[in-house]
Amino acid sequence: MTDNLVKNAAGRLVPTEVNGCEAVPFQGVGKYKPKGSKTAPPIRTCADYPADGNKVVADIKTALKNAGLRDGMTISSHHHFRNGDKVANQVFQAAAELGVKDIRWFPSAAFPCHAPLIDLLDSGVIHHIEGSMNGPLGDYASHGKMRGMGVLRSHGGRWQAIQDGEVHIDIAVIAAPTADPFGNANGVTGPSACGLLGFALADSIYADHVIAVTDNLIPFPCIPWQIQGNNVDQVVVMDSVGDPSKIISGTTQLTKSPDRLMIAEMTARFIRDTGIMKDGFSFQAGAGGTALAFAIFLKEMMIEAGIKARFVRGGSTKYLVEMLEEGLTDYILDGQTFDLNGVASMRDNQHHQDTSPFTSYNFHGKGCFASMLDATILGATEVDVDFNANVVTHSDGRLLHGIGGWQNCLAGKCVILPIPSVRDRIPVIVDRVTTLCGPGELIDVVVTERGIAINPRRTDLLEAVKGSGLPIRPIQEIKEEVESLSGGAPAPPKLGDKVIAAIKWVDGTVIDSVRQVAS
Amino acid sequence: MAPKTKKVSQASAEAGRRGSDVRSDCWVNITPTDSGGIDLTFKSKVESMYGDATRELVRRELGALGVAHATVEIEDAGALPFVITARVEAAVRRLGLDVGEGYVPDFATGTEYPTEPQRFRRSRLYLPGNESKFMLNAGFHGPDGLILDLEDSVAPSQKDAARILVRNALRTLDFRGSERMVRINQGDAGLEDLDFIATHNVHVILIPKVEDPEQVRRVDEKTKKLLAAKKIEQPVYLMPIVESALGAFKAYEIATACDSIVALTIGLEDYTADIGAARTQEGRESFWARSQVLNAARAAGVQPIDTVFSDVSDMDGLREAVLEAKGLGFDGKGCIHPRQIAVIHEAFAPSEAELTRARKIVAAFEEAEAKGLAAVSLGSKMIDPPVVKRALRVVKLAEAMSK
Repeated sequence: MTDNLVKNAAGRLVPTEVNGCEAVPFQGVGKYKPKGSKTAPPIRTCADYPADGNKVVADIKTALKNAGLRDGMTISSHHHFRNGDKVANQVFQAAAELGVKDIRWFPSAAFPCHAPLIDLLDSGVIHHIEGSMNGPLGDYASHGKMRGMGVLRSHGGRWQAIQDGEVHIDIAVIAAPTADPFGNANGVTGPSACGLLGFALADSIYADHVIAVTDNLIPFPCIPWQIQGNNVDQVVVMDSVGDPSKIISGTTQLTKSPDRLMIAEMTARFIRDTGIMKDGFSFQAGAGGTALAFAIFLKEMMIEAGIKARFVRGGSTKYLVEMLEEGLTDYILDGQTFDLNGVASMRDNQHHQDTSPFTSYNFHGKGCFASMLDATILGATEVDVDFNANVVTHSDGRLLHGIGGWQNCLAGKCVILPIPSVRDRIPVIVDRVTTLCGPGELIDVVVTERGIAINPRRTDLLEAVKGSGLPIRPIQEIKEEVESLSGGAPAPPKLGDKVIAAIKWVDGTVIDSVRQVAS
Repeated sequence: MAPKTKKVSQASAEAGRRGSDVRSDCWVNITPTDSGGIDLTFKSKVESMYGDATRELVRRELGALGVAHATVEIEDAGALPFVITARVEAAVRRLGLDVGEGYVPDFATGTEYPTEPQRFRRSRLYLPGNESKFMLNAGFHGPDGLILDLEDSVAPSQKDAARILVRNALRTLDFRGSERMVRINQGDAGLEDLDFIATHNVHVILIPKVEDPEQVRRVDEKTKKLLAAKKIEQPVYLMPIVESALGAFKAYEIATACDSIVALTIGLEDYTADIGAARTQEGRESFWARSQVLNAARAAGVQPIDTVFSDVSDMDGLREAVLEAKGLGFDGKGCIHPRQIAVIHEAFAPSEAELTRARKIVAAFEEAEAKGLAAVSLGSKMIDPPVVKRALRVVKLAEAMSK
């Protein structure tokens, strides 16, 4: 039993203490505004670094030893290679060999490729994970096997937590497709080019100690330097830092499902028929199969109407790159390249700008791009009749996905979730989401194959679709229709008392907690 | 005395599918026992959500089907209740039990709308009758007709299971106004299919490989008998499919075999094989047969419907094929993928010139009617009744398209 749970402003029971630190319950959107100064890394002196600029050391183990790794420290890593990352596993293997215990792992996201680290969680080298856990690690945590509490943050929330001191990084390890001996690094060149290194930018600035790991060491200078060598302590060369072909693994295949194609097409029609699609507009669509198909349908409609976007936000894929090259958008502002066409375009096209969670998502920035978007297309595992949405757990309560930039993107002017209304009998629209990740007040439209539900708060959108012929339906009606097919509303998940993970809102407050599943 | 399971002829029986590639379906194995009631295991990824509800449903079904003692295993990949009960029933029937009409679900909301003999039948989408996952949302794609196929898309060993699944689908799924069609099997198997589908608000039965009007009449008579036994008044219409040289020769006799026929169509895969030709995109080899079917249908006053376009990746080819079919006089085209539907409807849409002319004719017709004139004229030209009829249909089609 986890003690001291309180009900937050969203009506969810959340812990007031997470891994020994005080945690603030969610207070409402835009309500929590911490004061004071941002955190800062220790003062360093260039006299302590090699004058010739050569910071290369023998291997990762040596680098960790030099960095003063000891029990209980925090090590960060990044998911620029998504499911193709080869660095994190080697870092913790080296930590194990050095005999340290109780490390907090602070990845920007963990993927199924990190399943070998379950052994190190079991053996005590890693204490717990604070970062999105996709697949086997999420399943491990769901069954209550992780010692500490998992903490899931959005990409922007991770930056916020670093900047306001909620998470202090002792050692950041940055996988770099190309680096020079000084530590300048980028992701757009080299045999393992994966795009950009935006998720590691905060770590490079705020961590006590920064290690760049590369499989493509070039003579100084490494240009462009997405990571500046002036922030880097040591450089390590490995045989391979990652498999860039895996950045397209998982969700980034164009759907062939006729139902999902229909949902994608309806989403594009919605944006067209509501007048959101107009000259100079902007949109963001992720890399899920439906979102990719949406971009293709929207592109056709833009061509037909002679309309051009000012900018689109990636995750970039070849479909967005084609839009840029065909003059349908002036810019791609890209947070993450999702295929190799995206990588090449970012490297070669001045109008394909790499961004970071700082520019796009950060709660402690002086504004961020996410709120400027005219239309934002996102996914969800569940939505409830109040338009609250869940992206981290399945309806059976298991924690299987990360938040990514999802919460941050809810700031967009029109947030649309194109999702099937039922997945293999499991209704997607429910009375109350298993885990609250995004408050319904920020979610405007749910597009399903059974019709489009518009949040009643958006009277402007309800007005705009009149006469469009789009199948607008109350969300409750779609829910009931699916339940009648599935054999009633699903039974709530069987959960234990133990809280295995805290879900942070973009401001660092706790919006919900995830319970252990009954095994 | 405790109820006993009725006499069985098999030690155990299975139905449905399992394996990592299976979705929205389940596998059922039933082994009757002498005593001990129902020992039921349900392995499913939806266990936490629907485990209890499913076990209760299956127990109720087994009770209704007269199975009192059995070991029952279900491996489920997210099958909907109507699929699960269909698989259980199939397994019980395979045990050799007489289960009468079976475990028939109630008609769900949206399954009881009627059809019209003269409704548009531009597109008809074939769905494999033993594949539940394609059925659920098919109506949302908006074809004029949805065909649950019991014939070529179902393996011979699964014909019995497919009938039950199709019956349950007819009673459960809302096809959103699409005409509800079933393609039965050839010959006696097709007549057996009727026992499972005729009284479940099927609108149109497609009869394959028709070479003789007697085949159609047998289906018609049996269907009418089944409907009468249930006192169902809404008629079931028929669409014979010509798929051979002999069928093509007898097309008119087939089209006029009985009063239930609303359309006549042609299947070119089998037809070209039958005449010893390779099927080509251009279709010279089948031109005569298509014209024969078209003229037979028109002569009989039923709708001529063209063959299926089966290359789902070739949308331009589909558009051309539909325009060609329309040009020959056909009213509809078959398809096998939902993305083909919009292309077919667009291509069948009347052109601006067609529509303008049709509207003029309709206006002239209405004027003549108002004046009590027998003949309709437009300018100096007399307009014959078939032309008026055609024009009325073009205007109606345009109205339907603009909705």
